Amino acid sequence: MAKLHIETTINGEPAEFLCDPHETLLSALRTGLGLTGTKEGCATGDCGACSILLEGRLVPACLVLAAEAQGRAMTTIEGLSRGDTLHPLQQKFLEHAALQCGICTPGFIVAAKALLDAKPNPTEEEVRYGLAGNLCRCTGYDKIIRAVLDAASEMKGTTA
Amino acid sequence: MATVHLPSGLTRHTGGVDTIEVDAARIPDLFAALCDRFPLLAGQLNDMAVAIDGDIYADPGYQPLRADSEVHLVPRVAGG
Amino acid sequence: MTAPREFKYVGTRPIRHDGVDKVTGRASYGADVAWPGMLHGVVLRSPHAHARIVKIDTRAAEATPGVHAVITARDLPETSAKIAIGEAAVDLRDIADNVMARTKVLYHGHAVAAVAATTLDIARRAAEAIAVVYEVLEPVMSVDRAIAAGAPILHPAMKTTGTPAADAGGATNVASRLELKRGDVDAGFAAADLVVEREFRTPMVHQGYIEPHACIARCGEDGRAVVWCTTQGPFFVRDASAAIAGLDPAHLKVIPSEIGGGFGGKIVVYLEPLALALSRKAQRPVKMVMGRDEVFRATGPTSGSRVRVKLGARRDGTLVAASASLWYEAGAYAGSPAGAGAMCALAAYKIPNFFIEAHDVVVNKPKVAAYRAPGSPIAAFAVESVVDEIARELKIDPIELRLRNANAEGDRAPYGPKYGPIGLTQVLEAARNHPHWRAPLGANQGRGVAVGFWFNAGMNSSATVTLNGDGSAAVVTGNPDIGGTRAAQAIMVAEELGIPVERVRSNVGDTDGSGYTDVTGGSRVCYATGMAVIRAAEDAREQLKARAATIWNVSREAVEWHDGRAVPPEGTEKAKPMTVAELAAEMTHTGGPIVGRASLYAPMAGPAFGAHICDLEVDPETGRSQVVRYTVFQDVGRAVHPSYVEGQMQGGAAQGIGWALNEAYVYSADGVMENAGFLDYRMPVASDLPMIETVMVEVANPLHPYGVRGVGEVPIVPPLAAVANAMRDATGIRFTELPLSPPRVLEAIEAADAVAVQA
Repeated sequence: MAKLHIETTINGEPAEFLCDPHETLLSALRTGLGLTGTKEGCATGDCGACSILLEGRLVPACLVLAAEAQGRAMTTIEGLSRGDTLHPLQQKFLEHAALQCGICTPGFIVAAKALLDAKPNPTEEEVRYGLAGNLCRCTGYDKIIRAVLDAASEMKGTTA
Repeated sequence: MATVHLPSGLTRHTGGVDTIEVDAARIPDLFAALCDRFPLLAGQLNDMAVAIDGDIYADPGYQPLRADSEVHLVPRVAGG
Repeated sequence: MTAPREFKYVGTRPIRHDGVDKVTGRASYGADVAWPGMLHGVVLRSPHAHARIVKIDTRAAEATPGVHAVITARDLPETSAKIAIGEAAVDLRDIADNVMARTKVLYHGHAVAAVAATTLDIARRAAEAIAVVYEVLEPVMSVDRAIAAGAPILHPAMKTTGTPAADAGGATNVASRLELKRGDVDAGFAAADLVVEREFRTPMVHQGYIEPHACIARCGEDGRAVVWCTTQGPFFVRDASAAIAGLDPAHLKVIPSEIGGGFGGKIVVYLEPLALALSRKAQRPVKMVMGRDEVFRATGPTSGSRVRVKLGARRDGTLVAASASLWYEAGAYAGSPAGAGAMCALAAYKIPNFFIEAHDVVVNKPKVAAYRAPGSPIAAFAVESVVDEIARELKIDPIELRLRNANAEGDRAPYGPKYGPIGLTQVLEAARNHPHWRAPLGANQGRGVAVGFWFNAGMNSSATVTLNGDGSAAVVTGNPDIGGTRAAQAIMVAEELGIPVERVRSNVGDTDGSGYTDVTGGSRVCYATGMAVIRAAEDAREQLKARAATIWNVSREAVEWHDGRAVPPEGTEKAKPMTVAELAAEMTHTGGPIVGRASLYAPMAGPAFGAHICDLEVDPETGRSQVVRYTVFQDVGRAVHPSYVEGQMQGGAAQGIGWALNEAYVYSADGVMENAGFLDYRMPVASDLPMIETVMVEVANPLHPYGVRGVGEVPIVPPLAAVANAMRDATGIRFTELPLSPPRVLEAIEAADAVAVQA
């Protein structure tokens, strides 16, 4: 079967790739486009390691068909920092030691961005439920939650 | 004289003896002396770890012993 | 041990040097790399839990366009080599048979063949075209079944090693039996005022690392090979994969990727020997990545268990006798951590009379692998639950009871030797004095406390510290960084050389670029590899002093070192103190490059204790429980980078909480795992947990220059009982079977209510 030719926008830039009809967006990102920051933990949408923003909406890339990217815009972890400036979430994860092995970190940062885009001033409980779709096995979540709350208050300060 | 303590799993090879005084400067000499005295221990000691004065060596190699060292043979365990 | 030292960098919290790569997604994990000309490898796995392999016909697969290699066990040599894995030597034959079944399949998911093809799709279709004829056998899915008369036997040649039971003989599924004893248990129980005996069961659970196993192997025409893989131990991968695939390890280099979690589960090999064998046959690189269901079904979880514990106490709470019978599932091949469980079970307590027997039992489940303090959490669940019962019965505060019986320096460990300095009493006192212990509880809430123990490993480690002309340094070890050890190593080098932490680059080398090192595991990296790093930095420092002596034309012995500077002896002409940067700038003129190095074999020293307090709220209408407060107390020896020590304490606690409340392998009657995914294998998520407070106690480990004790494994040991004890406090019901999932809890609550109504 012939591959599909997909034209899309990733992290603000035009991109194109070939994919099989049944291929997932996660696979297309990681293999066709060399964007390996988005990780595969389960391929069934349960772990959040493949979290991306598709048209601003948080989705697991393993449950999106690559073909669905046609004509749409998405943000991956690679699009969070600007030049040599880290996104406040990235900076806070580092300051709070909110990562150990780091495999879940890209997914958490993207999911946290989606959360803060929708809810710039979340409570601890809202952060915990907002990130309940992301699994971390190393940290017990404590430092991740602190990093996100700290990023939220810093980001509120700069946009106020 | 080093004092060697055997776990209960090995005492069936020593007629029930679980504490043995051995004059040895290093582990290989200690093992040789033990097997000399209790031939049924031959071949049983290589799978054990050895605690020398409290520090456990998974591989005791040629570790030296003091004149009054306390030695325990201990099952090997693995971490994760 | 030298006098207490003032540290400049140890105990600080610099941002880890590899952090930016991880928060931007740039860090390369096992599956993140592609090599030119790469093929994709896929494993064909057994659909049966127990069967003889009658015939494998690979012709259809081999004929599929795009397929470059198909292998079965026939492509791998028969091996019976013994090889060091972690601290224990294992028979490689079992690992090899687990990597690819030779004559029998012993669990659903057991590998029987593998295919390498130009695309993953072609490889999968070709694997499905491999025709395997099985003679299906009845599976053995529990300890109870395995030891029952007439049970199917997994390994006809198996004999119980160790101390077989008196009536042992004939075909068996009991691979080994261990005994530990002291004093006279019968007399001890006879003299007790209170005896409590309970039987506990725990399910098989998985380490749950988020990154599946992944590797690429490239075998050349000359037999030289390279493997890139996610692993806790590149040297073990080299030695084991070479032996299993039939390669010369001298011609194999293993490059460890960043690792996305291991917890003991990535100390073994699964894919690497297969990728090598496929690559050798295809003469192309072969990439293999496990799917999540494969990780559950075909890598090593930890044992399910059946444990019976009996404790006897006097009225004042003194424990006088203990007996325990441990039965641990090894999975398909011998090797459960039952022995370690037996050695840890009573580690906290001075008990003059005890008898412990531990059995390693094979069943038709995946071969178990190490999981964070292997064997200890299961034993602690049982013992700490019974200790809790005793405290309740005698109306003694549960922490007070433990303090009365706590082992201290000079007391004998259950496995024989005397303890050196240990922090159990300090940890218990910290718990007793903490506001958590006295905080009021709300409705439907209960509080539980439990302690835990782990030995912490030593073994082989190597390190090099290289100086650059600008006075910066690079340290290389062979230990993959799972939890922040590169940051800790940078701190150690900074401390020894007196240069800022930011000027130290900390690296994980491959098996050629790094001296031999044993695995990242066993809580040993900051301790044993840390010692090697410190000594390598000291070696570099001595060389710097020698260079200063050359410049000043004085003897080397006369040169001192203070605060990052070589200091000349008093009155030396034209000599002033020189910094590392100044000396390094002169390396070429004063003798050449400076490389500090060290390698050592460290004993297991610095065993550690932890205590956890858990507050649980249980909804009596649904059986669902929520951890509302959790505090972890632990003797950490010396926290080099406190943030990452806290991280170990919190992460281990979270895994233990999941083990207690929700995690379990659920099997069908045919021996097929029914919840092989993260939806139904339910690990804790952020909304399941509160903030986890950590309290670090530092009782220095005398063997380590800074007093470091292993910290990674202890924190998973107390939670199972801490949660179960909190559940008892909240519901009045003693649960002896895990997990404490809502259906189980609700059923018990309703049964208890029915009894209460009748009473």
